[in-house]
Parts: sequence; structure tokens; C-alpha cells
Amino acid sequence: MIEFTFWDIVRNLLLAARWTVLLSLAAFIGGALVGLIVLFFRIAKNKWVKRIASGYIALFQGTPLLMQLFLMFFGLPMLGLRIDPWMAAVLGLTFFASAYLAEIWRSGVDALPRGQWDAGASLGLHYLQELRLIILPQAFAITRAPTVGFLVQLIKSTALTSIIGFEELVRTSNAINNATFEPFKVYGLVALIFFVMCFPLTQYARRLEKRAATH
Amino acid sequence: MGYSLDFGWLAGAVGAIARGAATTILLIAVTTLAGTFLSILGAAGKRNGPKPLKLAIGIYVEVMRNTPFLVQLFFIFFGLPSLGIRLDPILAAMLAMTLNMAAYTIEIVGAGLDAVPRGQTEAALALGLRPRQVFIKIVLPQALKVIYPALTSQIVIMMLESAVVSQIAVRELTYEADMLQARTFRAFETYFVVTMVYLGLSMGLRRLLVSGGRRALGSGVS
Repeated sequence: MIEFTFWDIVRNLLLAARWTVLLSLAAFIGGALVGLIVLFFRIAKNKWVKRIASGYIALFQGTPLLMQLFLMFFGLPMLGLRIDPWMAAVLGLTFFASAYLAEIWRSGVDALPRGQWDAGASLGLHYLQELRLIILPQAFAITRAPTVGFLVQLIKSTALTSIIGFEELVRTSNAINNATFEPFKVYGLVALIFFVMCFPLTQYARRLEKRAATH
Repeated sequence: MGYSLDFGWLAGAVGAIARGAATTILLIAVTTLAGTFLSILGAAGKRNGPKPLKLAIGIYVEVMRNTPFLVQLFFIFFGLPSLGIRLDPILAAMLAMTLNMAAYTIEIVGAGLDAVPRGQTEAALALGLRPRQVFIKIVLPQALKVIYPALTSQIVIMMLESAVVSQIAVRELTYEADMLQARTFRAFETYFVVTMVYLGLSMGLRRLLVSGGRRALGSGVS
């Protein structure tokens, strides 16, 4: 049996945590881009386009992320795409994040007074300009707290990609645990690493919320 | 691509899927009751308890909210036995789900308690009710009414999150899906069907909670 000292465990976990961070960032950026498209659909004037976006959001918010990851991992190869756990993890989390982010931002768009649209139109802006110059900047600004809150949720969700075989923090900890038989220590450290990543963001979201409430 | 979908296995799999769904429903039912009860205690303790208790509840909430459920589950299932506490997979799952949900619902219930005007407590005390009676009969029902929609969402989220407990071999819906796809080699079709079952469960659960809440808490609950 290989001997693991405490520092070996910590070092290996920290190295694996890089992948957790990278995956979180990739999924957040991807999710924001796709989420923006979903948002455009969701706030479109056409009833059917709106319905498609609502259905997309309901589908991703009404099914377990684990199932979404499995469907990515087993479904995409059927379309002839070669897919590794990293790709499946990024794509799965991207779609997952896009649904939540679109819904968060939609609530921001809905919260803006009707007059903002009217004022934009009376300045002669067309629809896309109105969105880009007037509506979206305000919608993003008032939904900053829930957006950061969702980022925390996304970071925690990356743990599930260990199940489809992506070598991030949790999968590495499983391997270390199998070698050391010290689950208390290993999973305790993993929890600590996640906590260190998430807690500052949680506090930041809380501060944003408080600031928004006093305005 | 030479791949065609095949759902021929489904006829023989209905029983397994139904059994798995039943276990998922059992898990979320127990978690809802235990989690809500625990969060009422937690929220009350965080408001009226002694200082060390307040601090402990605060730390508990932050730790649970800032770590993944999967890690909490592994910690309880694999970690506790090294302290001499050995749990059945299903008990470990229920414990982990309850503790996780309570961390979120403590905040929700707390917000509800804060929303009940102070005058309600004062009026009840003036009528000669004991503090415990005031809490249970006057404050809590009003608080639950306010927070019911948020509580409903949290229960549905927890139900979806319960898919993860398949990882410690609890025979719920996802576990049955894993078994089925290993037997049929129809991974995509299996997970697709089970995903749809989850979608039905989450929509049904939401509807049930909303209509049940209307009946129990009166109108005005959305």
C-alpha cells in the first residue's frame, strides 16, 4: 500500500481543486452565453418563441442535474460526437446554468418599469438597441446578487461530474479515500476546500443583496 | 450514424422504475417532514436561544450551504462509521438529505418568523397564553403561510438532488436506472425515460404541495 502523509493528501486535493475551479468557470461562462440566448427567447414578443424558452427552463429546472449529465455523456456519442468526461461535464453544466441564469435575468427584465421600454422606443431605438443599451444593463445590475448566488450553486454542482468520471476534487478524494481509508479526514478536507471557494462568494452575494435592499 | 433508438426493454422495466420512484418519494417525504421540523427548531433557536446555540446554528447553516451535497453524503456514509456510527444506506441518505435541507429551510422559516408582526406575540401574551403556546398557535401558522411557496421550491429541489444518493447504493430511481442500463446496454434511452419520470415527479410534487398547502393553510397561499 502506498503511504499517504497528511500533506500528500492536501497537495493532491488542491491539485484536483484546480479542475473544479476551471470547470466552474467554463460552465459559468458557457452558461452565461447560452443563458443570454435563452433570455432573448424568453422575453421575445412571439408567444411560441416564449413558450419554447419556458419549456427549456422548466425542463432543466425540473430534472436532476445528474440525469442531465448522464444524457450528455451517453447521448452525444449517438450523434457521432466523440465525448470525454470533461466535454460532457462542461456541456451538461453549461445547459444547466443557462436555464437558471436565463430565469434569474428574466426576473430582472420583468422588474423594470414599462416606461423604460417606452422611453427607449421614443428615442428611436429599435428592439435590439433598447435591450443592449437600456434594458439588459439594468436587468443585470439588479440581479447581481442571485447571479453570484447561483455561481455558488454551480461550483457545488461540479461535484456531480465526478460520477460521470471527470477527475475533479470529489473523484480524486474518492481515490485517495480508497487508498488511505480515512474518509473522515479526506471528505472533511474536501468540504473545507469547497467551503473556502464558496463562502466568500456567498458573503459577497449577501452584501450585494443588502446594498440592493437599502437603495 | 447507424444508431437507432430502442425502447423495447421498457415493458419489462416498468416494475423496477416504479419501485425506484416509490423509494425516491419515500426519501423526500421523510426529508420534508424531518427537515421542516428541524428547521422550525433551528429558526426558533437562532432567534431566541442562548448565544452559543445561535452561533452553532449559524455555523451549521453556513457549512451546509457552502459545501456540495454529495460530499456531505460521503462524509456521513463513509466518515461516520470511523466514529463507530454505522448507518444503513437509506438511513444515511435520509440523514444527509434532512440535514442539507434544514440548512436552507432554517433561513426560510426564520424569514417567515421575522415577517410576523411583533404585536401578534404581545397580544397573545396579553391574553395569557404561555410563550410556547404563542409560538405554536399564533406565530408559527402565520409564518408558515408566508414562506410556503419558498418551502415548496426547496422541497422540489431536494427531490431532484436526491438522485445523488444512488451513489451510496440506495435503491431509488437513479440507482434503478443505473441497473437497467447495465442490463440493457441502452444507456441513453434508459436515462431519458427516467429523466422524464423525474420531470413528472417534480411537477406532480409541486402541484400536490400547492393544493395541499391551500387546504391546510387556507387561501392566499400560492
